[in-house]
Amino acid sequence: MNAPVPTPSRADPTVEAVPGEALTVRIRRDDGFQTFTVARRPAQTILDVVTEIQRAQDPTLAYRFACRVGMCGSCAMTVNGRPRWTCRTRVAAVADDDGLTLEPLRNLPVIKDLAVDMEPFFAKWTAAHGAFEPGDAPPADFARVAPDSPARRAVDAGIECINCGVCYAACDVVTWNPDYLGPAALNRAWTLVNDVRDRGQEARLEAVSGDAGCQSCHTHMSCTEHCPKALAPTFAIAGLKRATARSALKRLGARHFRRSA
Amino acid sequence: MSPLLYVAQRGTAVILAVAVAVHLGTILYAVRGGLTAGEILGRTQGNHAFLLFYGLFVVAAAIHAPIGLRSILREWTSWRGRSLDGAMLAVAALLLVLGLRAALAVYVA
Amino acid sequence: MSAGTQTAGPRRGAFRAARPRAGFAAALLHRLSGIALALFLPMHFIALGTALQGADRLESFLGLTHNGFVRTAEWGLVSALALHMVLGLRVLALEWFVARERTAVVVSACVAAGLAVGLLFLLGGA
Repeated sequence: MNAPVPTPSRADPTVEAVPGEALTVRIRRDDGFQTFTVARRPAQTILDVVTEIQRAQDPTLAYRFACRVGMCGSCAMTVNGRPRWTCRTRVAAVADDDGLTLEPLRNLPVIKDLAVDMEPFFAKWTAAHGAFEPGDAPPADFARVAPDSPARRAVDAGIECINCGVCYAACDVVTWNPDYLGPAALNRAWTLVNDVRDRGQEARLEAVSGDAGCQSCHTHMSCTEHCPKALAPTFAIAGLKRATARSALKRLGARHFRRSA
Repeated sequence: MSPLLYVAQRGTAVILAVAVAVHLGTILYAVRGGLTAGEILGRTQGNHAFLLFYGLFVVAAAIHAPIGLRSILREWTSWRGRSLDGAMLAVAALLLVLGLRAALAVYVA
Repeated sequence: MSAGTQTAGPRRGAFRAARPRAGFAAALLHRLSGIALALFLPMHFIALGTALQGADRLESFLGLTHNGFVRTAEWGLVSALALHMVLGLRVLALEWFVARERTAVVVSACVAAGLAVGLLFLLGGA
């Protein structure tokens, strides 16, 4: 990436790239951990390291990246036990004396090495009604939504999610309760609950309720702690808890106090 | 947990916050220098206020605890479904019966 | 534009575990104290129920509890009760009133408050 590296033998997975300052990298493959060594370089990112290993040492290593500048969210994986974007994580910030340990994201099925299947993540996005519902007769003209209205501010606080899966991997409740929709899907649902144009609120509140829904969040706040976009799904989920509680109480009240026609 | 179970748990939590604060205060006050049955019962015998307080306390706890236990069992064991719900109802009933009995015991004794 | 820079990434060594996991520690303490209280409650009710058979029954039962082991358990339960309540109040605040929190600070304060109550209990003698 930064400096030319003498081409090592592809057959030997632990070859030292440059004598002197070396970085030990343990990578989880399908059949256990494999150890590589790369040279430490200034401003080196985890993505630099993985790419160097795959191109110069072992082309069979599978991993994902796309934009490499922190915009797409494709490069997320578990780095020294915590889910991060590899392109925006400096080796110097996270490597301890033991070097680096790289594993695929938690809570998702592994396709190969460091690449996981994001399908369950997106299936839950859909299950949480994470899509805008215009209704049967959407108005012809634009809706006027004041940017500083409380509802719009609530939407803006969560709208920048790029579905990287870091929060989902960080969430212990997803690990304990595989049906749990997870922070990203619920955060998106909350942005739509606050969208004044949306006509699917009743169904959405139902979709985010129950044992797989927002009530299962135990405010560990791992999602908020790890989100690379500095979003706070914990508080979006809290909003859903309030909204579903009010809705349920209203329905209960309506049932009990409904006067016969 | 459903939205209504959530409301029940958070609602009883608020009631319990008050009850526990009173209870802890009573404990810290009462336990000074030792605690005898006579001292406990001297406070609670024939005392309508304490009976009402403990009665409400018991009902709230009997609702709050099983809902919490349900989440724990669902997440940390493989128990789920109707049988778990039934078991939690049984726990609620047990706590209610034992608790109201205890509240009456110290009122009547 | 927040392009996802990992601001204030975890430091090396011990700091990495402690500070970032405050929310999880709070939830775990809340859950464990809840389990302890749920297990204790029926025993508590049965003990008090012995008063039905007269004050002497309750008194003789209480006599059994005047030893170091039971005192320690009582301290544990009183602390668990206070801790469960304070951490529960934090959850209620997060769900109904708060938009952000300084998690580590708040959780530490909760634990301190719970243990303070436990300390008061011990200092009260008996």
